[in-house]
Amino acid sequence: MSSTYLGMPAVPVYGSGNLHTAEPFPVAARRELDNEQLRANLGHATHTIRDKRLRVVAELPDWEELREAGSATKAAVMARLPELLEQFEENFTARGGVIHWARDAAEANEIVRDLIRDAGADEVVKVKSMATQEIGLNEYLEEHGISAFETDLAELIVQLDHDKPSHILVPAIHKNRSQIRDIFLREMPDVDPNLTDTPARLAEAARLHLRRKFLSAKVAISGANFALADTGTLAVVESEGNGRMCLTLPETLITVMGVEKLLPSWTDLEVFMQLLPRSSTGERMNPYTSLWTGVTEGDGPQNVHLVLLDNGRSAALADERGRSALHCIRCSACMNVCPVYERTGGHAYGSTYPGPIGAILSPLLTGITSEENASLPYASSLCGACYDACPVKINIPEILVHLRSEDVQSRRGTKKVPGQMDVAMKAASWMMGSGRRMALVEKALPLGKLAAGPDRKIKKLPGIAAGWTRSRDLPAPPAQSFRDWWAKEHEDTASKEQA
Amino acid sequence: MSARTEILDRLRSALHDAPEAPEIPRKYRHSSGMNEEELIELLRDRLLDYKAGVSVVDEASVPAKVAELLKGETSYVVPAGLDERWTALAPGRVVDSPEEPLSVEELDGIDAVVTGCAAAVAETGTIILDGSPGQGRRACSLIPDHHVCLVRAGDIYGVLPEAVRRLDVTHPLTWISGPSATSDIELQRVEGVHGPRRLDVVIIRS
Ligand code: SF4
Repeated sequence: MSSTYLGMPAVPVYGSGNLHTAEPFPVAARRELDNEQLRANLGHATHTIRDKRLRVVAELPDWEELREAGSATKAAVMARLPELLEQFEENFTARGGVIHWARDAAEANEIVRDLIRDAGADEVVKVKSMATQEIGLNEYLEEHGISAFETDLAELIVQLDHDKPSHILVPAIHKNRSQIRDIFLREMPDVDPNLTDTPARLAEAARLHLRRKFLSAKVAISGANFALADTGTLAVVESEGNGRMCLTLPETLITVMGVEKLLPSWTDLEVFMQLLPRSSTGERMNPYTSLWTGVTEGDGPQNVHLVLLDNGRSAALADERGRSALHCIRCSACMNVCPVYERTGGHAYGSTYPGPIGAILSPLLTGITSEENASLPYASSLCGACYDACPVKINIPEILVHLRSEDVQSRRGTKKVPGQMDVAMKAASWMMGSGRRMALVEKALPLGKLAAGPDRKIKKLPGIAAGWTRSRDLPAPPAQSFRDWWAKEHEDTASKEQA
Repeated sequence: MSARTEILDRLRSALHDAPEAPEIPRKYRHSSGMNEEELIELLRDRLLDYKAGVSVVDEASVPAKVAELLKGETSYVVPAGLDERWTALAPGRVVDSPEEPLSVEELDGIDAVVTGCAAAVAETGTIILDGSPGQGRRACSLIPDHHVCLVRAGDIYGVLPEAVRRLDVTHPLTWISGPSATSDIELQRVEGVHGPRRLDVVIIRS
């Protein structure tokens, strides 16, 4: 089994579903910026989780070694993906599981619908899963007369309010407790009318609301955090126990998972289960992790299915400078440190995948030529905080820059009128492409100094760059360019040496 | 072409540049080098942080401790294979066995569950159940609202890699680190959602 493919390189096939923004990022971001509650809640949430994460990460003397191992493991998975998928399939099937392959969102949805019908069910319980959000499964099932009940507390809140998640870890963070109480009073038929807004009471209401559903559900749907090729095992990481309920009690379990979630072996989990909880919730370990390998007689679901999803992942894999975006373990650490995400929130990114990882993953899955997603790689100030926080060391800034240049390239030769960013990028590459031109531009630097006020800050840049100066002041460029300084220093040194 | 063939073909052609799978550096800790007392202390500290109850006892005091923890519960389930002496002093025992499994409704009517475990990880405060005799099927340790878990000190490992290397992953595994919890409302942690709302861990000194 060689992973080198000798056929013709194919045209990448991109993904569909909830991966596209409905509008360009700057437009959505501008609207979301007006939502003060969102911004306050998000600021509080990201800072709290960030501090917790730093504390528990600092506890481990071997954190960097774990990151190194995690990063290399994921690179190895990508290099060997076809072979590992076949190995996983063989093991999962040998233990009584059934594998289904889905080229895109539509195909995955159909497979799941048919499996539910085969089980004779018209409702299902669901564990939080980004893959099923990506393919728009709930909406699809509803159109086909099947009710899907989200069981994760935050997902339940979002679903009851007919809203969308705003953060991948705490999807309802844009709502406060009294809003949640109002949603429960309005949408839960069996709720105690005297419900207060203390979090413990709200959690209790969710418990009562879902208890009967859990105990009587015939079919459950889950995602998976990891799949182990050498044993055919799947893993789900969670906190509330809703995952255990779904994974244990129904007769039929259908898991939907992107092909990139594989790990080569069981022992690799010892690395990832140290990286994930600490990076994600800032806990030493999440309350519950479930692992299952096919079917176990007398324990848990007896019909176990897995839908393996491509939906643009093969296209992302084909981009050798972008493929490491597939290493993502969805911890959300990059979101929590991102100054852009903190202000705009998750909704502005449109896709299921928000924040820095979303800004690279969504366009990789849909193709950069997708008109709206093409603006995502610009949704960053390239400060690099995401790279430092990422437990599997995805170099997000580097991929952002790569995708920006892909975007500019893809517009060449098309009839599209070049946008402001294209012009800026083209000008930048022309200018930086030649030392002589660069030197000329730097000569203009003292002018920039004049544009700055007496406090040496530039308050407002024109055009597209205005986005940056709106939230922060740019320091004025130095009076002397590096190039000039170097030349002068060099001259000085040279003359000193001569003396 | 089947979806399977097509996806595998797409993935193979995506690797047109034939990237090499790097060696995986495993320089992280594989053991903690702690002695039994240190392991017990660390596990206890971590579990208390998760708001679990923790007691450390000698083997002879287990039955009294279990009875004390189950005081007030009218019934509790034990999976077949759990040492009977451990629950000898606590009335209300119901046994769940592969031959005579309880229904979901029956389990829902039972207040508590007492199980053993396959391993524990001190550094992360994690108890691991693998469905062997004395630990039972997964529904047993999930539906009753109060879980009393007995951990032999010899089964405590310092760091996760030590425990992982001693487990058989083809068993259904449940890793438990404290009672069920959520932080979904304004990030305020609330213990007890759908899983057992109370977790008591009894550590047995060897
Ligand atoms: S890119 Fe890295 S930091 Fe961001 S969610 Fe994925 S794994 Fe976490």
